[in-house]
Amino acid sequence: MTTILAFDWILLLEKLILIAIIVFASLGIALYTTFAERKVAAVLQDRPGPNRAGPFGLFQPFADGLKLIMKEEIIPNTANKVLFVLGPGLAMTAALMTCAVIPWSTSVEFFGRKIDLQIADINIGILYIFGVVSLGVYGIMIGGWASNNKFSLMAALRGASQAISYELAMGLSLIAVLMISGSLSLKAIVEQQQAAGNLWNIVYQPLGFIIFFICALAECNRTPFDLPEAENELNFGYHQEYSSMKLGFYLFSEYINMIMSSAVMACLFFGGYDIPFFDESTLSPNIAALLGFLALFTKIIIFIFVFMWIRWTIPRFRYDQLMNLGWKRLIPLALFNMLLTGAFILWKQG
Amino acid sequence: MTNDNDNIMQALTNRGKAVNRAPMTFMERLYIPSILKGMAITFSHIFKKQPTIQYPEQKREFSPVFRGLHVLNRDEEGRERCTACGLCAVACPAEAITMEAAERLPGEENKYREEKYAAKYEINMLRCIFCGLCEEACPKDAIYLSETFAPANFARKGFIYGKDDLLIPDPVTDAAGFEKAQGGRVKI
Repeated sequence: MTTILAFDWILLLEKLILIAIIVFASLGIALYTTFAERKVAAVLQDRPGPNRAGPFGLFQPFADGLKLIMKEEIIPNTANKVLFVLGPGLAMTAALMTCAVIPWSTSVEFFGRKIDLQIADINIGILYIFGVVSLGVYGIMIGGWASNNKFSLMAALRGASQAISYELAMGLSLIAVLMISGSLSLKAIVEQQQAAGNLWNIVYQPLGFIIFFICALAECNRTPFDLPEAENELNFGYHQEYSSMKLGFYLFSEYINMIMSSAVMACLFFGGYDIPFFDESTLSPNIAALLGFLALFTKIIIFIFVFMWIRWTIPRFRYDQLMNLGWKRLIPLALFNMLLTGAFILWKQG
Repeated sequence: MTNDNDNIMQALTNRGKAVNRAPMTFMERLYIPSILKGMAITFSHIFKKQPTIQYPEQKREFSPVFRGLHVLNRDEEGRERCTACGLCAVACPAEAITMEAAERLPGEENKYREEKYAAKYEINMLRCIFCGLCEEACPKDAIYLSETFAPANFARKGFIYGKDDLLIPDPVTDAAGFEKAQGGRVKI
């Protein structure tokens, strides 16, 4: 009895509130990312983009969401009903679960309590992210298989094999970063980059970052690696049989994945919530936390813009080109990068 | 440039360009320089002027010969010019125009310009091809094509325009509406 009472209940409440805030905030940001995608696409193509719903078209994502919810929900006759419903749910859950270990900022102080702006600072943070991201493939795979449609199945197979191929190179490029930081905890990696005298990891790992970035594009199924959604070859892709909000979940999870991979890239290579050329320790902790969050948010937005910018510039890879790039170029390159980093660290230690 | 094709086929223009079939160099196979070049091009488009016209609020200038929906004209005293001669219906290649003639009764001189007038005048806007031949055929300058276009309706019936839809506002009672409807297009 005493052990239960001795448990820090306020900590639980704190974490629950933080989880709610982060989940709903990422949903809201994802909502506006869809809007941003349309605007960026429009601006890059000399068009104004959606501008009718509300001022500057700002209510457009809500109109889109309402449209998706109001649409008729169709489950094909021959589909596996349970898995058909599970697919989009799994894709969405996996996408949202990633946000648990991302350090959004330093800690704030409220009512004398120090609250970390990170849901869980586990010492295997980055491994956890890799695990959850791999789970995301199941959403695609199950959805495509349960639809009982050959195009969906082909798309799902492509998605799965693509994710597996690129995860390898991604992991290998990450090992070089971990060799420098010596920790798997995202918070420790960020703090290490923030520490005086240390530069952001991008300076030490430019090649590693390029590999990681390319793999992140592939993991998010973004152009030029959006083969699971190749409309002209596969009709529509793994979510062809989906309608209504189940389709919305699939499309949405892609955007959440994009936000999360941007956050991970910002943490691993661009100092996370670190403000460049500025010493945060001179500020009061609450303001420093706020500014830190804004810095991370800006980095995320820049990454998302680059994702979109690439999407509206480059055409899609062919399937054999995709596999060639993954297995014959990126993996050897990542291994070479690892070797180079190891040699450099040994040389520095003398 | 002295390959066999030159003897067989003569170049039509001087813009022909030989296809470069040389294997790609290392830099080309990296793709990254060309990807960055492409991204620079798309980025530069952010600052380009957009040619979009915000349609319902903004409208494009029409050419002076634009042919839109028809208007049945009146003279400056507000009398209908049409005499129901049927030349427009005959000229119409789409057979979109039908009319019924009637004789002007005493006391209607302020409504109809001549002794005969169109009691019913209908244009089926779904059949009309907006060629303007009715305008050319009309000896009385009674019909002309305006700048109004893109009519919308929920029923096919609604696209058969009668005299209520076609007649120009009366210049005596609604001078401004008359001016606007003519829009400087009627050259009498």
